[in-house]
Amino acid sequence: MVSEQDVSYVADLAHLELTPEERTRMLKDLNSILAYVERLNQLDTSNVEPMAQVASRYGVAKDTTPGEAFAYAMRSDELSPCLPHDEAMENAPQTDGTFFKVPKVIER
Amino acid sequence: MNLDTLTVDAVRTAVVEKQINATALVDKFYKKIEAEDPATGAYLTLCRERAQRQAEHIDKLADKGDALPPLAAVPVAIKDVLTTKDVRTTAGSKILDNFIAPYDATAVERLEAAGAIVLGKTNCDEFAMGSSNENSGFYPVKNPRDHSRVPGGSSGGSAAVVAAGTAVASLGSDTGGSIRQPGAFCGVVGLKPTYGRVSRYGLIAFASSLDHVGPFGKTVKDVALILQSMAGRDPMDSTSADLPVPDYLSVVGQPVTGLRVGIPKEYFGEGLDPEVRAAVENGIQELAKAGCDIVDISLPHTEYAIPTYYLIATAEASSNLARYDGARYGMRSREAKTLSEMYRKTRDAGFGAEVKRRIMLGTYALSAGYYDAYYLKAQKVRSLLARDFDEVFAKVDVIVTPTTPTPAFKLGEKADDPLAMYLADIYTVTANLVGVPGITVPCGNSKQGLPVGLQILGKHFDESTVLKTAHVVEHALAALQA
Repeated sequence: MVSEQDVSYVADLAHLELTPEERTRMLKDLNSILAYVERLNQLDTSNVEPMAQVASRYGVAKDTTPGEAFAYAMRSDELSPCLPHDEAMENAPQTDGTFFKVPKVIER
Repeated sequence: MNLDTLTVDAVRTAVVEKQINATALVDKFYKKIEAEDPATGAYLTLCRERAQRQAEHIDKLADKGDALPPLAAVPVAIKDVLTTKDVRTTAGSKILDNFIAPYDATAVERLEAAGAIVLGKTNCDEFAMGSSNENSGFYPVKNPRDHSRVPGGSSGGSAAVVAAGTAVASLGSDTGGSIRQPGAFCGVVGLKPTYGRVSRYGLIAFASSLDHVGPFGKTVKDVALILQSMAGRDPMDSTSADLPVPDYLSVVGQPVTGLRVGIPKEYFGEGLDPEVRAAVENGIQELAKAGCDIVDISLPHTEYAIPTYYLIATAEASSNLARYDGARYGMRSREAKTLSEMYRKTRDAGFGAEVKRRIMLGTYALSAGYYDAYYLKAQKVRSLLARDFDEVFAKVDVIVTPTTPTPAFKLGEKADDPLAMYLADIYTVTANLVGVPGITVPCGNSKQGLPVGLQILGKHFDESTVLKTAHVVEHALAALQA
């Protein structure tokens, strides 16, 4: 069971504040979803490898090493054109022309 | 020219034969959108200048007598989770309300290179999280077939524009069924290709191991044409596969004699609406009549797909959505006095309820002490689901199921019950976990006139057989309705 304290702790980790109403609702929803996913424990997975992604299983020969399997995704370590600085800054809420500006990081 | 029934092929032919030019066609579509779109809310942003420029370019080619590219003058709509250079791109979220993308998604770039004209960006559930489009940060989309019902989600806008004829075809994204489920609800064809078949460069990330880009169209052939133009390796997406792209169009209309079609019993059990069952079984009968061998199969871990999906998808989402912090782009709360406050207040104000719920669930599943019990456990069950498919695909060529358990539900019907909403994707999520291609093709209507979709799943990178099979179902249905 998720507790109110867990909700606070997880919200902190996720950089969310949440209103008191949102916290009450979150507690209820998380508990109901987690109760539902409990059914995964009906399965014995002690000898099963985790599957993090699809590409490692398919589209490449099964006996290749990870290095070989993704060889096609490698490129030589050379500079290639990337997004120009000014275009990358265009959507910024606040800049000094060179850097992104944000509020104070450390309180004195 | 009837825009409601216009197909990709018909557009190209009309332009080649000079029945209409691209500029005039774009004009007609914008007039139709202005008149009809407010009733469904399928578009979020129109990009008239960009469409005009592309139309003029196509008209110049046609005037010179040059050979026209395969999608010449085809008016398309793009789900607002794909970036479009110099055009507002929101992912359906307030947090990106003012975001102007600095580059094009590869899928969009390739469609335009093939001659397509981008009319605008379509509404969707916020960050593609939802099954009804009610989680849009702006306004919900209504199903063009019945305005009291949802179009499905998350690519509800992209399905709705094709159904309403306010675009000839469109692009969506599918992380757990977000192309196939709205395709079924709106009565159009929608394809989720194999993981790695179409580049995701420029797709705003939700769950990276599950996200796919794919097309909607009125016909299987239209969807094959769009896939043809998008598929293939892209150096900008390391997960895009370096495999040859076959000629998808050549298989549409080919015979299916002897094709082994698996019918998984787990997809026809409790919770399946009787009218959906009847329409899908009818589609299976048509495949049998066309010479397919119908084989009963079992995918024993099916009931574990939804819990597996909601742990993996939310874990990945919690990490992907950490980037929305107000520092570099998008919304920033003005009230914040410190950096930490800026993050929290921006995210609190910018994200909607479902996005917050998924970030919280994903963060919890990844947090110290719970990682093994939830996230790792889900990854192991994902292996079991993949094994189910490996074993079945040793015996059959395609798998046929209903796309959704029910036809389109009413607006508001499931809005307050996240679990009930998640179960709308019960037949579609496994294809994302396993990475196999899947299509939805209309296979009839309920008594109330709501469309029913039949789903065909294929082997990895075998979109050809999926398309070929879908065309048989489509053709049989057209014959019945004629």
